[in-house]
Amino acid sequence: MAEKVLMKGNEALAESAIRAGCRFFFGYPITPQTELAAYMSKRMPKVGGTYLQAESEIAAINMVYGAAAAGARAMTSSSSPGISLKGEGISYMAGADLPGVIINVQRGGPGLGGIQPSQSDYWQATRALGHGDFHVVVYAPSTVQEMADFVREAFEVADRYRTPAMILADGMLGQMMEPVELPEPLDPADLPAKPWATTGHADARPHNVANSLYLTAEALERLNVERFERYARIERDEQRAEAFLVDDADIVLVAFGASARIARSAVVAARDAGVLAGLVRPVTLWPFPKDVLEATVPASKAYLSVEMNMGQMVDDVRLVVNGRRPVEFFGHAGGVVPTPAEVLAKIVDMNGRFVGKGGE
Amino acid sequence: MSRSLDIVLAGFGGQGVLFAGKLIAYAGLVEGREVSWLPSYGPEMRGGTANCSVCLSDDPIGSPLVLAPNALVAMNQPSLDKFEGSVVEGGVVVADSTLVKRIPVIPGVRVRAVPATAMAEEAGFKKLANIILAGALYAETSFCGEEALWKAMEACVPARKAEMLELNKRALALGMRAEAEPAA
Repeated sequence: MAEKVLMKGNEALAESAIRAGCRFFFGYPITPQTELAAYMSKRMPKVGGTYLQAESEIAAINMVYGAAAAGARAMTSSSSPGISLKGEGISYMAGADLPGVIINVQRGGPGLGGIQPSQSDYWQATRALGHGDFHVVVYAPSTVQEMADFVREAFEVADRYRTPAMILADGMLGQMMEPVELPEPLDPADLPAKPWATTGHADARPHNVANSLYLTAEALERLNVERFERYARIERDEQRAEAFLVDDADIVLVAFGASARIARSAVVAARDAGVLAGLVRPVTLWPFPKDVLEATVPASKAYLSVEMNMGQMVDDVRLVVNGRRPVEFFGHAGGVVPTPAEVLAKIVDMNGRFVGKGGE
Repeated sequence: MSRSLDIVLAGFGGQGVLFAGKLIAYAGLVEGREVSWLPSYGPEMRGGTANCSVCLSDDPIGSPLVLAPNALVAMNQPSLDKFEGSVVEGGVVVADSTLVKRIPVIPGVRVRAVPATAMAEEAGFKKLANIILAGALYAETSFCGEEALWKAMEACVPARKAEMLELNKRALALGMRAEAEPAA
């Protein structure tokens, strides 16, 4: 096992991306993501890769499109307002079936918002990262170790299904340091071949095309239907979640990323107070881990979605629970981080209303 | 009994509170414990105060943002003013009494006043008051084994800066055996 080192989430993610064979990074500075781009600017030249600070976020995502079309593992990173700018390019990548990884180290919004940590881009990431019928696979790390682990997984899933993938982090995960064991480096030459890539071939084979413009309605529909067949496979095979103390839980919390850490502390405190609480932590936000959540419904009494926003993922919890149990929300917005004590108070309150007797 | 320690280190930007926090976190890492380090990165650090939260624990760390510290290192008066009320009962405050003129009396909280900036200047390493205070915090809390602390220092100061490593080690030792000033 490699030795653990103390690293910021932004830097651990960047190093791990390089170790996953990423050799093209296109970015633009924005707090609280800037260390990621800064790290890439130092390291990429040393591994023979390309670091480029683009003239804008839109340029950066289109450079990812180009590098991905040529078959490379390529990445861009930004924070919330910058991700909105990338929306057009991400939609084009989805429309051209190009893999690539996009990092969002979220900050409070809307608009320029603030620079403190937030999860208010959940809807954007899972519903409408750009125009058109498409999804991207979205991973939600909750530790610095997962910042490193999930970026490799994102590259692999992106290549396997020819889809963009996103790491939805936040300012807390990007800025904090924790011990991390970095994965072993991959040589980009050892990655699986991409026979669809637009590489030079001197007319040795038919041309490959990377394109998202199809003017014949029937042809475009066929591509959409084929893509949604892939999405169905992703939904079946790529859902991931962590279940913590849910087997006998009356109150099941659902929380991802940084707020899952807070929810977990609140669950432990609730158990100490005699309240049977548990936590489902979605690791993939799309596909939403319906199966793990569904398995908790028979034994549960109520659900609580804990988020750093005004209540977004709670929609997905309600879709799974589908009226069979009450679903409530607790959160803070604008960069305010919920405290375990606040979440505990909410759990105890719900326990009193839905379970009948309060904790000791 | 859990040996969790939730620390806030605060001071002016440039005093080295982030580095002192990293040293403490690294010492926990050396011992294989759960650790986290979270800096303030808001507008307050631009020309004003900087702070960081450090957690050392035997259990997985929930929120890395420390709101109720059991240890506070205050390198200036505004930092002490801002955080003194949040320190929990049984906790400890280590203050740089060269710059913190009002050393508080807080019921149930040990307050250790160490003139770290003056000590650093006198010893010839002006910039290392932060490390003297980390040493003083160590004297109060023994937040790790001593061997781990020295190893952490070696990990945090790059090998190519051998001279800096030596000065940092001297500052740490100075802080560890610094006499606390009597309370006012």
